[in-house]
Amino acid sequence: MSATRPLHLSAEIGGPAHYDAAHYVSLARLAERGTLDFVTLSDTFARPGPDALAVLSRVAPATERIGLVPTVTTTHTEPFHVSAAVATLDWVSRGRAGWAVDVSTTEAEALLFGRRPAAPGDELWHEAREVADVAAKLWDSWEDDAEIRDTSTGRFIDRDKLHYVDFEGRTFSVRGPSIVPRPPQGHPVTVIDATSGAARAAAVRHADVALVRADDPTTARAVREEIRDRARAHGRDPDRLRVLAVLPVELHTTADAVGLAGLIGEWYEEGAADGLHLLPTDVERDLGFVVDGTVPLLQHRGLLRRFYPGATLREHLGLARPVNQYALAGEGS
Amino acid sequence: MTEKKQIHLAAHFPGVNSTTVWTDPRSRSQIDFSSFEQLARTAERGKFDFFFLAEGLRLREHKGLIHDLDVVGRPESITVLNALAAVTERLGLAATVNATFNEPYELARRLATLDHLSGGRAAWNVVTSSDAFTGENFRRGGYLDRADRYTRAAEFVDTARELWDSWTPDGAPRPVSHDGRHFSVRGEFTVPRSPQGHPVVIQAGDSDEGREFAAASADVIFTRHGTLEAGRVFYADVKARLAAYGREPSDLKIMPGVTFVLGDTAADAQERAAEIRRQQVSPQNAILALEQIWGRDLSAYDPDGPLPDIDPDPESELVQGRVKIADPFAIAAKWRALAEAKGLSIRQTVIETTTRQSFVGTPQAVADELDEFVQTGAADGFILVPHLTPGGLDEFVDQVVPLLQERGAFRTEYTGTTLRSHLGLAEPVWKG
Ligand SMILES: Cc1cc2nc3c(=O)[nH]c(=O)nc-3n(C[C@H](O)[C@H](O)[C@H](O)COP(=O)(O)O)c2cc1C
Repeated sequence: MSATRPLHLSAEIGGPAHYDAAHYVSLARLAERGTLDFVTLSDTFARPGPDALAVLSRVAPATERIGLVPTVTTTHTEPFHVSAAVATLDWVSRGRAGWAVDVSTTEAEALLFGRRPAAPGDELWHEAREVADVAAKLWDSWEDDAEIRDTSTGRFIDRDKLHYVDFEGRTFSVRGPSIVPRPPQGHPVTVIDATSGAARAAAVRHADVALVRADDPTTARAVREEIRDRARAHGRDPDRLRVLAVLPVELHTTADAVGLAGLIGEWYEEGAADGLHLLPTDVERDLGFVVDGTVPLLQHRGLLRRFYPGATLREHLGLARPVNQYALAGEGS
Repeated sequence: MTEKKQIHLAAHFPGVNSTTVWTDPRSRSQIDFSSFEQLARTAERGKFDFFFLAEGLRLREHKGLIHDLDVVGRPESITVLNALAAVTERLGLAATVNATFNEPYELARRLATLDHLSGGRAAWNVVTSSDAFTGENFRRGGYLDRADRYTRAAEFVDTARELWDSWTPDGAPRPVSHDGRHFSVRGEFTVPRSPQGHPVVIQAGDSDEGREFAAASADVIFTRHGTLEAGRVFYADVKARLAAYGREPSDLKIMPGVTFVLGDTAADAQERAAEIRRQQVSPQNAILALEQIWGRDLSAYDPDGPLPDIDPDPESELVQGRVKIADPFAIAAKWRALAEAKGLSIRQTVIETTTRQSFVGTPQAVADELDEFVQTGAADGFILVPHLTPGGLDEFVDQVVPLLQERGAFRTEYTGTTLRSHLGLAEPVWKG
């Protein structure tokens, strides 16, 4: 891999539940000061905590560049609403939204909804793949230039540039089009933790960012190659997929922060991953050491950028804005 | 002396219908966050009670095609309101969210989260519209008749409140066990009791079932009865229903959705109002409005010519995603009589019959009228629907609000921090 290949750095900002906006705003701003690509905020119906997508919407106007990636579960939610909410996060953040797709496998979560029994992870990840698929279709269901405001014909939109998605999945169907116009990034960034087999099968098909877990750089590199190969087998360009290694961190001193910079440098030089997704133990403490200790060292070594060259999360990640699948179809016919 | 009854004011973001004028050069994006931010900040500058977002879960269709003459497309409400919480401090934030195409656990959690993140400013407008057309976008699909819709909505609100009440005052979750006709919810809520205890519940539906639901469960009614006479009748009807639920008349605020046009003189205001009506009913929109009543393809008719001689088709499936017209024959007869009496064209007839501006006049006259509505029992306040995005509220805030304040009918500063405090609603009892 070439030495000019950028290093991507991101971090989880969840932890013990907080319900005040200021807590999350200050963490996201801290991460933004460290020019991280994005923060994730994990979420589940199974433990106390606020709705993560709501929290990051609240954070959006209080930040300027940092990518915002809430966990969004697909098991007990409506695909149509999920797609609209993620698109809206992209609108309110002006192109900085992503979503970390996850499923709800427990009986306890099923009982909160009382709508369907708990199901095995494989089945639910199959459904999550369908949700990712239909979400992208709904984002594309408006072409970028669908709004025309043509006073001569009295038309606000060109309805030929709106598309039914007519999606039929195993457990749901969606007619479309979306109620939300195509979001600024075209598709907000899809993040999938590709650790389990079923999740990895979803990641190779739908993820823009796949998170992987490995104990050492060699293993990570092998997983990255596997994911890229499988993505290619699904007709995807593997260079449009970022593989980030999840790195749990626990930093008590400046020396720990220096050590982390060294470790990240090693993983980078080994070509283990496109970057690292940091999982703090104590988020306020650890993220502080990362931003004030680790990041400046990586910048000094020329491994990490010093500012955000772009405005959107896709730009931070070096991922192109996706072409609209329906606009393409239209050109072919 | 008793204190003068206070007016409550809300700002409706211009909707996806022909009230919103998009052809005006001052009209800006319906989707960029900057438009929402600007309108919300204007409402807060005017010390409004709350900001309101409507919802539609399927794009409207006409003659089997997506309706293209009005504004189309909007963001998802709760997500936008969370972002607006970052750029406002006191303004209430109301989201319309359908009770048919959502589940109590998730929605209660999203609303409680909004209430926390906004410091107690969340409201939920519970709508019940359901048709197979909209259902095609959702897991549950299908259609519910009116009776089922409202029993579901009532049980939905009750279940949400059980969840909102479920944490102990010292911050520990207690298990909820709800087993009802529509929902079964068992387990712990992930969110502690929010600043308002319960987000404010708004109801917008006009049937007997809808009014009864409001009397039993809502804090605010959003109604279409925006004239003095109809307002008084509606107000008396709904307030009289409260006692049966052990509630006081002041526990439920009645707020009609209204439009306004201001001018330096009465004549000037009338002239501006007429121009807005012409903008709202383009020639294409005139034919479409006619087709919605007639249930027939009338594209061959000249908008500047006379009304059609043929009768409406009551079985028509022409229009989808709008409330059904109850008696198209009666409306057609009325329109014909009007057109004949005044010698009106199709477009003129549609302008006369479908556009209604609630308050037209000088700022002084409009302030007088609003106050009269509230002081004489036709409303507790108003949800103002501007026709321009996002500047449509500026004149009202700059010119009418100060007059309402001068006469002591509207706050000059927020006295509390929560939407409940703005509306003068009691804190809900914490049921353990
Ligand atoms: C003033 C007003 C505003 C409404 N806004 C919405 C809306 O934004 N979204 C929606 O789905 N339904 C909306 N509705 C529909 C109602 O919630 C309700 O479902 C509909 O009126 C049918 O109920 P009803 O038979 O009791 O009138 C609105 C109704 C009224 C009167």
